[in-house]
Amino acid sequence: MSQPLVSARGLAKKYGDMVAVDSIDFDVESGEAFGFLGPNGAGKSTTMRMIGCVSPPSAGSLQIFGLDAASNGRQIRARLGVVPQLDTLDNELSVMENLVVYGRYFDIPRAECRRRAKELLEFVQLGERADSLVDQLSGGMKRRLSISRSLINEPDLLLLDEPTTGLDPQARHVVWDRLYRLKHDGVTLIITTHYMDEAEQLCDRLVVMDGGRIVATGSPRSLIEQHSTREVLELRFTPNGDGERHGDMSGIGERIEVLPDRILIYTDDGEAALVDVHRRGIQPMSSLVRRSSLEDVFLHLTGRTLVD
Amino acid sequence: MAMATPGSVRVAFWHATLFRRLWVGNLLASIVQPLLYLLGLGVGVGSLVDRTSRASDVLGGVSYVAFISPALMVTTAMALAANESLWPIMGGFVWQRSYFGISATPLGPADIVGGHALWMAVRCAVASSAVALVLALFPEARDWGLIAGIAAAALTGMAFAMPLMAFSIRRKTDEGFAAMNRFLVIPLFLFGGAFYPITQLPGWLQAIVKVLPLWHGVELARGFTVAHMGRSAGLGHVAVLLGWIVAGSLLSHRFMRKRLYS
Repeated sequence: MSQPLVSARGLAKKYGDMVAVDSIDFDVESGEAFGFLGPNGAGKSTTMRMIGCVSPPSAGSLQIFGLDAASNGRQIRARLGVVPQLDTLDNELSVMENLVVYGRYFDIPRAECRRRAKELLEFVQLGERADSLVDQLSGGMKRRLSISRSLINEPDLLLLDEPTTGLDPQARHVVWDRLYRLKHDGVTLIITTHYMDEAEQLCDRLVVMDGGRIVATGSPRSLIEQHSTREVLELRFTPNGDGERHGDMSGIGERIEVLPDRILIYTDDGEAALVDVHRRGIQPMSSLVRRSSLEDVFLHLTGRTLVD
Repeated sequence: MAMATPGSVRVAFWHATLFRRLWVGNLLASIVQPLLYLLGLGVGVGSLVDRTSRASDVLGGVSYVAFISPALMVTTAMALAANESLWPIMGGFVWQRSYFGISATPLGPADIVGGHALWMAVRCAVASSAVALVLALFPEARDWGLIAGIAAAALTGMAFAMPLMAFSIRRKTDEGFAAMNRFLVIPLFLFGGAFYPITQLPGWLQAIVKVLPLWHGVELARGFTVAHMGRSAGLGHVAVLLGWIVAGSLLSHRFMRKRLYS
């Protein structure tokens, strides 16, 4: 069994009295796409900053490439690629200049930077924009530029902090497609996200974080199997404001979750559950049967939805 | 294997890349202002000053243009270094966030601070060289000592850049930056010994001016050109400037660490 690329034991981060990350354990294996899923403030970004060796842990151990993160920051960072949550591009420089300058930080010779930059820009579909100023790029293009920049040192591990937050659906799909290819090429990815679809699409394995703790670990599929039912029946009612707007549904499905805007019935057979609902004379405004998602896992584990 | 490029040089390369788009305008601005002062004050006020024998004594027996010329190289460096060490530092954290980008690479706070110091030395040397070239057009100001004055200007620039960098790193907003210009840079320009010897000032003001870097840089540049400067006085000025540079760099490093590695 090979050594994990990242290994955390009892990892914690405190800011004064505030506990941002509360003693978490996880391993990331070489070649996998590993996700941190959780709402804002769950401790995902803080964990990422610790892995990126720019935030010293308050307690616990963190090994990256078999090196101690607290004392080998420079060596570790030389082998990391980092796509931060907020872009750190030089807006007044051209796309190509951004890559060359960044490559120089790793002491890659200038000619080699340019050679790699050309390849990387093709990879993120910005080959035509090499001479554009970053200021002139769209949000999705900047994100892709950030990704290509993070690859300039041919990293062994790529950290992506909310890679598609704030992008429109089309731009998100382009980013996902590129990340999927990187994963296919064997690059190890660590991704934080509060989007379930992103986690389901990209991650082989993920941990669900809430309040600085890990509340569940596994593949997207296994998490859904462990913590949710096969299907979910969603019912919406006319919003008339009182709490007794719907009849008694107890006993239908395995579990019922009442949300402000809808009711979720967890069951292995959504259609059968809907028949039961109708049989009791309950008339929802609309109904939908869908497969369980990570959102349901999160809701079940924490009692809250991911994005409020 | 080739020797690794020092981190501060790699950071300075970033500054230089940014500057490539701006250098013409910047250099022109660096020349125009001292030229205006040279013509406006040097020729205008100078024609009055040079006529009185008492003034000539105070100036050390040289013409007014010759007196202010080396100082203009130094004040140019001061103004440039101050501007480059206020808003651009804030930009590195807040607007462009470049420092966070750099800190994700093998480089760290020491390289960023060292890179800024190095870049400021280069910028101030280039700008004061341009001023020296312009000064050389005027027979009264022409002096081989202007070349050594470039070093005095670069040292003075760094002596402002590094403490101001430390100040800027600690700021959450750019509030207070304009005040730095208004209450430090401009008063020093007027009272720091560039346009008249500070012996003309009241004692308490002289004491303040002697603590701050500008007067030391001005005296140094003047010592290289028109004025007599003893060896120990010269070394004294250099020591004060180095003191500001070292203290500013150490503080910048400390604050930078704190802000980047939270």
